[in-house]
Amino acid sequence: MVLVYAESPGGQFKKSAFEAVTYGKKVAGLLGTSCVAVVLGANASGAGELGRYGASRVVQVADAALDHFDSQVYAAVLSAAARELQAGVLILNHTSGGKSIAGRLAVRLQAGLVSGVNGLPVASGTELRVKKSVFSGKAVAEYAIVSPVKILSLTGNAVRPEAMGQPVAVEPLAVPVPAARVSVKSVKTIEGRVPLPEAEVVVSAGRGMKDPANWGIVEDLAAALEATTACSRPVADSEWRPHHEHVGQTGIAIRPNLYIAIGISGAIQHLAGVNNSKVIVVINKDPEAPFFKAADYGVVGDLFDVVPRLTEAVRKFKAAH
Amino acid sequence: MKILVCISQTPDTTAKISFTPDGASFNPAGVQFIMNPYDEWYALVRACEIREAGGGTVVALNVGPAANEVTIRKALAIGADEAVRIDADPSSAAFVAKQVAEYAKAENFDLIFLGKETIDYNGSEVGAMVAEHLDLPYISNASQLHLNGNAATLERDIEGGVEVLEVALPLVLSAAKGMAEQRIPNMRGIMMARSKPLKVVPPVALDEPVKTIGFTLPPAKAGVRLVDPEQMDELVRLLHEEAKVI
Ligand SMILES: Cc1cc2nc3c(=O)[nH]c(=O)nc-3n(C[C@H](O)[C@H](O)[C@H](O)COP(=O)(O)OP(=O)(O)OC[C@H]3O[C@@H](n4cnc5c(N)ncnc54)[C@H](O)[C@@H]3O)c2cc1C
Repeated sequence: MVLVYAESPGGQFKKSAFEAVTYGKKVAGLLGTSCVAVVLGANASGAGELGRYGASRVVQVADAALDHFDSQVYAAVLSAAARELQAGVLILNHTSGGKSIAGRLAVRLQAGLVSGVNGLPVASGTELRVKKSVFSGKAVAEYAIVSPVKILSLTGNAVRPEAMGQPVAVEPLAVPVPAARVSVKSVKTIEGRVPLPEAEVVVSAGRGMKDPANWGIVEDLAAALEATTACSRPVADSEWRPHHEHVGQTGIAIRPNLYIAIGISGAIQHLAGVNNSKVIVVINKDPEAPFFKAADYGVVGDLFDVVPRLTEAVRKFKAAH
Repeated sequence: MKILVCISQTPDTTAKISFTPDGASFNPAGVQFIMNPYDEWYALVRACEIREAGGGTVVALNVGPAANEVTIRKALAIGADEAVRIDADPSSAAFVAKQVAEYAKAENFDLIFLGKETIDYNGSEVGAMVAEHLDLPYISNASQLHLNGNAATLERDIEGGVEVLEVALPLVLSAAKGMAEQRIPNMRGIMMARSKPLKVVPPVALDEPVKTIGFTLPPAKAGVRLVDPEQMDELVRLLHEEAKVI
């Protein structure tokens, strides 16, 4: 059986949970088995909806102690659930939560872990072979998990949530919940658009913007596309933009469907965080900018002319569609 | 305060990545190696700052062959007091975590630092594994750490925000941007590093649950399609009809 941990930070299921269940259902199909979703916490509501994405059963450990995140407690509960339900494959998201618990589960369950996968595995005898992007997108590695229990964590935006079933009744699951050692004091959320790791469209700008006061044209384009904004490292370092917008090797790695790079040269460390984007558009006045080599579409021109024109064109398109 | 900082050696950020002709392993020929940036800039520097403020010892640990000692000496030059090298090829996250935990379990560290991920295999796996082996709390992607005696207050980057949390030492944490500022080792540090102790420890065996089959390079992009800067309606049309992303 394939067990999917469907995360619900703050009691909410987000796209990541639907992606993981969709992926879990497909892995289960490959192995000729079923997909079960496990949900942690008392305040996670609407768990039955996970059935739509392919979970044939949804079990919930509805203990209020799980409403705050502690990797040690979560790993203890998930490994108990995996044993109780005799899971052969465990699937998590490669998110801040998943990264905190996947390694712990691997140790507890003596399981092989491949983290950050972006495609389906292939079964070969008792092994599971799976690929992932390594060297910050510069190569692809293939691994074989040979242990009886196998763990995969799924990169965000790698799989599209698909409706493949019906909502199901949520079954309670009783497993011991150890006391937490970490206490969460508060969660500060960044107001506004979809968080960068989850965003499908990202509008990003670099030093070519010249001055933080010029960002209005970037914001306008992002608003027209309902996109999230990002920036290059020097822009964040000089406090032109908040640090959470910094993408690249030392910032956040993202894989949106569409990445629009404005006035960014395309240094290798910048590309490391964005080269898994499905489609890249580069706007730069220098035809020799390295970013054009990694781009699908390019516009050679002055961003101060091109970006407002693109925004106009997007608005016209959105109004007509 | 006894602090362990796990440091990994990775190819330089600009290195051209290639593999042996059979695709089985990484080809190190002509590659410049560096200390993994998250380990160096954030984990190691914050560990040194904590020692400078409150006293104690910072131990830098690397699982790797003798050739890695250049990187280990750099950690000593930046400020670690002593170093340990587990003499083995860091073949997988599970293997490295096992070595770190085996070494740390007899040493009673108050803090065990790692970087949030390595820039080669991008796994973010080792920290959680070490914490589980040692039955310690683990805070991943920590961007702030403040200590008040035995009590630690941390900030952890999560999707779309920051979590503020409290936990008592000992603990394991992985460091992200915000934790500290990069330090360039000075001449005095480099000189002192030469005489700081570097202990070599044999590895313990592990039955590997994951085997590496091999590596390939991602398919090359088809090439950029240039759109006239006056024709932004055309770009939008392409993004809608051809690329299907809007
Ligand atoms: C270890 C390490 C890690 C790093 N990590 C990261 C990282 O995570 N993320 C990151 O982004 N960088 C990172 N860097 C920095 C990286 O090497 C580059 O310096 C940085 O990405 C450059 O930012 P930029 O493209 O905004 O600026 P620049 O390189 O200065 O490029 C500005 C671009 O704007 C164009 N331009 C200027 N004016 C206009 C105009 N009017 N119209 C159109 N185009 C215009 C220029 O032609 C140029 O291509 C890292 C570096 C190191 C050494």
